[in-house]
Amino acid sequence: MQPKLSVCNVSYSYHSMDGETLALSDISFFVEPGEFLAVVGPSGCGKSTLLSLFGGLLKPDQGTLLLDGVPLLDSHARIGYMLQQDHLFEWRTIEKNVELGLEIQRRLTAEKKKELSNMLDFYGLGQFKHARPSELSGGMRQRAALIRTLALEPDLLLLDEPFSALDYQTRLSVCDDISTIIRDTRKTAVLITHDLSEAISVADRIVVLSKRPGRIKGIIPTPFSKEFSHSLARRNTPEFQTYFNLVWKELQDDE
Amino acid sequence: MSRIKFRKMMPAPTESSTSTVSAAQTIYINRERTHQMQVKTCQIMILVLFLALWELGSRQGWIDDFIFSSPSRVLLCFWHMAEDGSIWIHTGITLIETIVSFILVIVVSISFALLLWSCRLLSEILEPYLVMLNSLPKSAMAPILIVWLGTNMKTIIVAAVSVAVFGSILTLYTGFSQTDPDKIKLIHALGGTRKDILLKVLLPSSVPMIISNMKVNIGLCLIGVIIGEFLAARRGLGYLIIYGSQVFQLDLVMVSIIILCIISAGFYKGISLLEKQIIK
Repeated sequence: MQPKLSVCNVSYSYHSMDGETLALSDISFFVEPGEFLAVVGPSGCGKSTLLSLFGGLLKPDQGTLLLDGVPLLDSHARIGYMLQQDHLFEWRTIEKNVELGLEIQRRLTAEKKKELSNMLDFYGLGQFKHARPSELSGGMRQRAALIRTLALEPDLLLLDEPFSALDYQTRLSVCDDISTIIRDTRKTAVLITHDLSEAISVADRIVVLSKRPGRIKGIIPTPFSKEFSHSLARRNTPEFQTYFNLVWKELQDDE
Repeated sequence: MSRIKFRKMMPAPTESSTSTVSAAQTIYINRERTHQMQVKTCQIMILVLFLALWELGSRQGWIDDFIFSSPSRVLLCFWHMAEDGSIWIHTGITLIETIVSFILVIVVSISFALLLWSCRLLSEILEPYLVMLNSLPKSAMAPILIVWLGTNMKTIIVAAVSVAVFGSILTLYTGFSQTDPDKIKLIHALGGTRKDILLKVLLPSSVPMIISNMKVNIGLCLIGVIIGEFLAARRGLGYLIIYGSQVFQLDLVMVSIIILCIISAGFYKGISLLEKQIIK
């Protein structure tokens, strides 16, 4: 089967007047269709840069990125992006916020509006359609941001530490909510995080990056049996601890 | 309308508390009301006291009412000028000049700031010139403007615009360039162009800043208009002030200054109302 996303020997550097900083060095891996992949690493290892490359917001200095076998920048496949902050616009209602992507791409039809309205109902935001973002809790805002992303029917979802701005309790439940939504809709997703337990609780495989410049230190599959598909359930299994130690060891290796 | 529907489902604390008011809440509300009454009463008392002292002082001969005028003389002067209609013409001219220059400043500074925002090269090239023009005392240019444009309304409007416009461009440009880069990234990630960034993020997020900029500019425009009228006018409140002081008709000067106070308060109030309309 053709991988959804293939990353081959990708390198990227940042430039400033003081010099050049190599952020990512020779990164290669594949993401299978329908897979949930997590990327972990110490802060400043170029995780977010990697995601910006996948999203087509930056161009790699070297190497190739293929989406469904086509060079990423030529590909017409849709990529959904979720950022650390929800970035819901205060000057728009929740309904208008989730319509933003379709509005920009001029694909907003009456039918789509209806669909989005149903989605809001389905994910428990029905009564907040006409509310402003500031009237919602952090978890609800992040769910609205996910609907805004899913509205574009992305083939590939990129999640850049989407839960890191939430408090711990909300974080666990929103992480569970959102990973379930992604699994139920069978989206291919790449999650960037520095929280190891979060990565293990949602991902099928984990890519471990080294300190700057980011290199791949290991790719660890984290399979769970079918009944443990929810992230909260996964945290209570014996495998969880095993995987945690594996990933932890991989991260510590070079010290 | 839709917002009302939402409120019904989640009543705000103030609405729910009106039905069952606790004793502590009543005491709190009464204390707040008394406080507000005190502020209002004192504000009015200061004005009344000032006017009374002024009138008394001039009648008792503590101050020379030929130089310092008095509230009754001001009122009388205003009455005469209102009767022959001349005060309305002077006030109207100043109002028109201020409004025209204000609109020009807003339009020019928003479009110029957007131009600078969209072109980094241009903004860096022009920055020192804008800073210099902003700190230059504009009254220094007024004589040149009179030579170039003549003694007419055009000169006064140009003078008023020049007082406000450079600072306004700099403020707006700084505000525009402080737009959250992640919000811009979001628009890119959703497949948007620069036009989408402008219309969906930059302008809506800058509305509060543009309004507070307007509050500053309306005052500056009024200053500019008065400076212009001092030098190059045959009509307007600025002209009345200069004329009145030259012929020692201080009543005329006082009337003009009081009308200016009312005008500037009115403009400020107008923009505050606009702000309430837009930012709910």
